[in-house]
Amino acid sequence: MSLRIIKAGILDTIQDQGRFGYSHLGIHPTGVMDKYASQLANCLLGNDLNSPVIEMHFPAAILEFKSETIICLTGGDLAPTLNGNTCPIYQPLLVPSNSVLQFTRIVSGSRCYLAVAGGVQVEEWLASCSTDLKAQAGGLDGSKLLAGTLIPIKKSAVKRKKVTEKVMLLPWKVNEVEYFKKNTIGILEGLHWNDITYQSKKIVLNESFEISHLSDRMGYKLKGEEIKRNDPKELLSTAVVFGSIQLLPDGQLIILMADHQTTGGYPQIAHVISTDLPVLAQMNPKTQIRFTFTNIETAETRIFRQQQYLQELHSSCKIKMHAFIHDNT
Amino acid sequence: MKVSVNPEIKPLGDSALTVFFEDIIDRETNQLVNNFFQYLSHLKAPFIFDLIPAYRSLTIRYDTLQVLTGIESSIGAFDFMRQWAAERLKEAPDVLNENRRKLKIPVCYATSFGTDLSKMAQSYRIEIDEIISLHTATQYHVYMIGFLPGFPYMGTVPERLRFPRKATPEAVTAGSVGIAGMQTGIYPVHSPGGWQIIGKTPMKIFDKKNPEPVFFHPGDEVSFYSITEDEFKNYQGGYS
Repeated sequence: MSLRIIKAGILDTIQDQGRFGYSHLGIHPTGVMDKYASQLANCLLGNDLNSPVIEMHFPAAILEFKSETIICLTGGDLAPTLNGNTCPIYQPLLVPSNSVLQFTRIVSGSRCYLAVAGGVQVEEWLASCSTDLKAQAGGLDGSKLLAGTLIPIKKSAVKRKKVTEKVMLLPWKVNEVEYFKKNTIGILEGLHWNDITYQSKKIVLNESFEISHLSDRMGYKLKGEEIKRNDPKELLSTAVVFGSIQLLPDGQLIILMADHQTTGGYPQIAHVISTDLPVLAQMNPKTQIRFTFTNIETAETRIFRQQQYLQELHSSCKIKMHAFIHDNT
Repeated sequence: MKVSVNPEIKPLGDSALTVFFEDIIDRETNQLVNNFFQYLSHLKAPFIFDLIPAYRSLTIRYDTLQVLTGIESSIGAFDFMRQWAAERLKEAPDVLNENRRKLKIPVCYATSFGTDLSKMAQSYRIEIDEIISLHTATQYHVYMIGFLPGFPYMGTVPERLRFPRKATPEAVTAGSVGIAGMQTGIYPVHSPGGWQIIGKTPMKIFDKKNPEPVFFHPGDEVSFYSITEDEFKNYQGGYS
């Protein structure tokens, strides 16, 4: 079983939830930008939540499924079509062999996730399947997906005997497309919050910031009023995390995203809460955002609730998927 | 662990915390960081994703969900982790420095590799030969690995060689040796960078195919020796 890239997209990579345990060696954590969407896709297919998925940006790849495959698309709505017909997202689909999947325009969001039942078969590098573009390792040869690439799919435990001719919608789905439709991002005080002036604090909390064109998987550079430090002394480098909001020497802010470096020497004035990182991950350049302070207890409760929801969904979908495969053998 | 100044523990977002030792660059403080890092690594706590040592800090990235699920009292994950880190810090042993690795790294300081040498010599009124002899006469300590996969932050650079970073980063090739302020480092991969480039090592300090892809470890003691362009070309040594 495999799928083939007919035409490459602008930046399509294989990612899982990230490469953990190697940050002390300067290895970037990488992983999906939108953890929520990618976990939803795996949930709906009954896959392990950390199963590698394909993260796609628009214009996205054109892909062909060489054999019958069960897939699920989540994240941004890039108006996908299967063999020319519109197909739903956030719902598992049974796709006949030789089907072609493509994406026609951005309806909402920025990144789309493709998961396949059983998961794509990729060799791990340092305990993760995530593509590290900087180290040119992980994923498939550490590269974005190129035209002609064949991606093997793990064989499902049970092979269906009946062969499908048409795309078939599996009878379960979630209505999640709304989770990133907000512009206010929750933040927590960073190490250097009190290093910026009173006026600058007011700007961060009351003004809006534009996501600039200099935004990618490494970080989102923001455009806004100048943020000033009380004392612009040099800082000793220390660890940074996904969601760290750093103040650059030009007075502008940058939010570190999935491919961020492990350490940095710029002031970290705040941190985006974990459950709002998927919201940011689905934003395109030119989007206006605002920040609102929250506290660590609230942030932790949100992580807990979100993961609880995903785990419950995962259990029920796993049973449904099992029943579906057996009903059709 | 014996510490002269009580470390501060602060949150880094909602899934990490940082333990800060004294706010200075010195080997002793960095060795405390390293001891604590070694101790926590060997505990292999299942709720810890990453341990990131830096000059004077150790960051612990933890699995908030696992921590919350595992604790019985009603305290939050950060409060639990802060307490956990403080207790581990107390029980961590004082490790002796005897097992530090001493490494000798070949560097070719030809101007074809040390692309900023001539400019530096001019603007700082120093002979290129003096830059080389000062750079090779010093023993450096690897304070941390960061920025790029396997990039060692080493110090401290002699006073005369403390050149500032470039205003705009330029393309730098893998193996290039650079200086920024009191730090010297080696680019493991091609990357934009702002350090002043004084030479290049033929050693591969990052190799994704090696089971241990990163050559340097925090705490290593490093010195450089000068090689010619021919020696650079014929360099056979690797690392394993």
